[in-house]
Amino acid sequence: MGPALKLVAQRLALGVLLLFLVSILIFVGTLILPGDVAQSILGQSATPEALANLREELGLNEPALTRYFDWLGGVLTGDLGTALTNGMDIAEALGTRLGNTLFLAFWAAVISVPLAIFLGLLAVRYRDRWPDKLISAVTLSTISIPEFLIGYVLMYFVGVKLGWAPTVSTIYDSMSLGEKLNAIALPVAVLTLVVLAHMMRMTRAAILNVMQSAYVETAELKGLTMFKIIWRHAFPNSIAPVVNVVMLNLAYLVVGVVVVEVVFTYPGMGQYLVDHVSKRDLPVVQACGLIFAAVYIGLNMLADIISILSNPRLRHPK
Amino acid sequence: MTDRKDQLDYLKVRAAMGRMSRREFFGRTAALGLTAGMANMLLADAVQAAGPQNGGTIKVGVNGSGSADSLDPALSANQGQTLVTRMWGEPLLELAVGNTIEPVLAESYSSSPDAKVWTFKIRSGVTFSNGKTMTADDVLATMERHSGDETKSGALGIMRGIASMKVEGDSFIIELEQPNADLPYLMTDYHLLIQPNGGNDDPTAAVGTGPYVLKSAEPGVRFVFEKNESYWRDGGNAGTIELIVINDDTARVAALQSGQVDIINRVPPRTASLVDRAPNITVHKASGPGHYVFIAHRDTDPFSDNDVMLALKWGMNRQEMVDKILFGYGSVGNDTPINASYPLFTEMPQREYDPEKAAHHWKKSGRTDPVLLRTSDNSFPSAPDAAALFQQSLAQAGIPLEVKREPNDGYWSEVWNKQPFCTSYWSGRPVQDQMYSTAYLSTADWNDTRFKNEKFDQLLIAARAELDEAKRKQMYADMGMILHNEGGLICPMFNDFLDASTDRVAGWGESAGFGLMNYYAPIKMWVAA
Repeated sequence: MGPALKLVAQRLALGVLLLFLVSILIFVGTLILPGDVAQSILGQSATPEALANLREELGLNEPALTRYFDWLGGVLTGDLGTALTNGMDIAEALGTRLGNTLFLAFWAAVISVPLAIFLGLLAVRYRDRWPDKLISAVTLSTISIPEFLIGYVLMYFVGVKLGWAPTVSTIYDSMSLGEKLNAIALPVAVLTLVVLAHMMRMTRAAILNVMQSAYVETAELKGLTMFKIIWRHAFPNSIAPVVNVVMLNLAYLVVGVVVVEVVFTYPGMGQYLVDHVSKRDLPVVQACGLIFAAVYIGLNMLADIISILSNPRLRHPK
Repeated sequence: MTDRKDQLDYLKVRAAMGRMSRREFFGRTAALGLTAGMANMLLADAVQAAGPQNGGTIKVGVNGSGSADSLDPALSANQGQTLVTRMWGEPLLELAVGNTIEPVLAESYSSSPDAKVWTFKIRSGVTFSNGKTMTADDVLATMERHSGDETKSGALGIMRGIASMKVEGDSFIIELEQPNADLPYLMTDYHLLIQPNGGNDDPTAAVGTGPYVLKSAEPGVRFVFEKNESYWRDGGNAGTIELIVINDDTARVAALQSGQVDIINRVPPRTASLVDRAPNITVHKASGPGHYVFIAHRDTDPFSDNDVMLALKWGMNRQEMVDKILFGYGSVGNDTPINASYPLFTEMPQREYDPEKAAHHWKKSGRTDPVLLRTSDNSFPSAPDAAALFQQSLAQAGIPLEVKREPNDGYWSEVWNKQPFCTSYWSGRPVQDQMYSTAYLSTADWNDTRFKNEKFDQLLIAARAELDEAKRKQMYADMGMILHNEGGLICPMFNDFLDASTDRVAGWGESAGFGLMNYYAPIKMWVAA
């Protein structure tokens, strides 16, 4: 396992370096946003005195470089600072929001990943026959429709007309797990529909690719059933590409759900970020950006590591 | 016939008391030959007549609130914050129907003959929700926190004219630098809620004298309030009030339709008539002082030429704006910021769309270059559409208008009050003096039309000291005419407040001020069934 461990360590180091570069990018990006924080907080009703007072209090008069290193130092010690707008501790507020986002992402993943892989296997089994075509047609159409539209359509028919699920997904601590799951039923459905096609198509393609190989033909000639061939021989050999696309979609479930969160008023990171961007609350925007980047880099790294470990050739390089 | 009426009355009472379900009520009345629409009206009447019911939970879906919001009333800047602070806090005075003043924490008030010294007698026997008794000293501390150079309060503009404040016994006394007959109206400002020791100890503690106490707060997500059992007067019907932040329009309306919330604010005008068609939902329309405007800087070319201004004003099709931008939920403006919602309003001749007059003034100005108008979606809803309509109505008069769309981000800091011609929004103020002082006095911070008129300024200052109402009214009418003819303000429309509620709650009534019954709807309404 020596060389594999080295590879993993390399990946980790690269990830940390990447995160550091991203932190610079985020900081610079937030600096060039148009408008002024104090003005955005006070809105149209700001008086010049109130603006000057607020600017002074927020430390906006300090040079940017000083602010960057203050911020980086804080982040490294786990202190994300306080929100400019409402003075709340960011780490605390973000903790709840991140928890909520992960909760939604977790349940969406629990449903969509096995479903996508199963549908992928099914499509391979009935390749070019009607089940394959039906699965492709349905999943491709749901991925092609913008997610907010799927959200509204489900909201109208399932929520308002049929009354099966709540249209507002606000969740809070005093809810039981059952109540929470009921509340997030619609967003989970939307997310599942959105990520399904990508993973399903990749599973199908990767397995079909393997199915061309000689050893599958051998297995077939041995008299194994189709499903057994797929499950025992084809699937293990196509794990690497599948894991990659699964991880990409998991990352999407965490960092890309902004629209779904806003539509269903789900109290996750996305909505928190949107609220604070519009108010120019830079520390919060930076913290969110960093966490999103960390999740994205982390999951991609995980995908790399899994594909390394699942591939004997990478595990034991010559 | 009497028989049927008796039966109907009986059913109405049973349904209103909640002893009969809606469905049952509809079934039984149908048996008596009533249509569903008639039955619905009957039920609504009965529920209203049965009077307030105590207990239950009212859920409100609120637009205009974010996770960045503070609980400090000084920083209230959106509808969510105002709604939240209304629950637990109260002002000295409040606006009442017909633009009158209702005493709240001040029992009564009076002024010196020159309207310079105002005395507020503070109500005794009122306690804060932390058990402390409210005194005149708390009032003084509150007002001091909202004034002074250090404050970030949104009420600073109001407090600036105050020379000194003091407490004498149970009276709180304000001495003004200049006379101001409107001071009682200014004290109804939603920032000026009385807090223990003025909120200096913890401005975000949400401790006040209001009918509800804050139980849980997640800014941008949800707020829960419970009835304040030791509230000093009758008020507050529901046992629990839950505010759920739903900023997305479609989601908010869907939540109302599916019964997840009972009241929502800001029904989108585009769909309001469709929402109202649902049998269990009522859309409430209330006219207010808010107006959508096109503002030009009078000190900048070409708007310094009054012929250009008049050409643009005559070239505005106001009725079309109300019909197409507000979908009929509003009223036409008349190039002043004042409408009938103000106490001393005088009607003026209405300026109609007249392409010939517009063309005449445009020709007189001798200009041919297109006029540049800047707009963005957040200056007011559908502002870019309104700009396009304006462009077309001007084109009929041969006046070229170029529309430049600006990003929403930074519109209020980069475009509004900076660029010479843009679209904007004013939420209005309770009295004319305040509206004019905020944006039309030569020296005003937000003189967003760079309107500088000596006569107008003189009238404005003189009106403040005038306690004779008839004379004051005439002064405001004169000022309105000056602005109408010479101002940089093109005001095509006043927008209505559009809120909606389901028939699970009742008690919607007339109000003054802002939407949602001046934000008192959750407090004043009750659970009907």
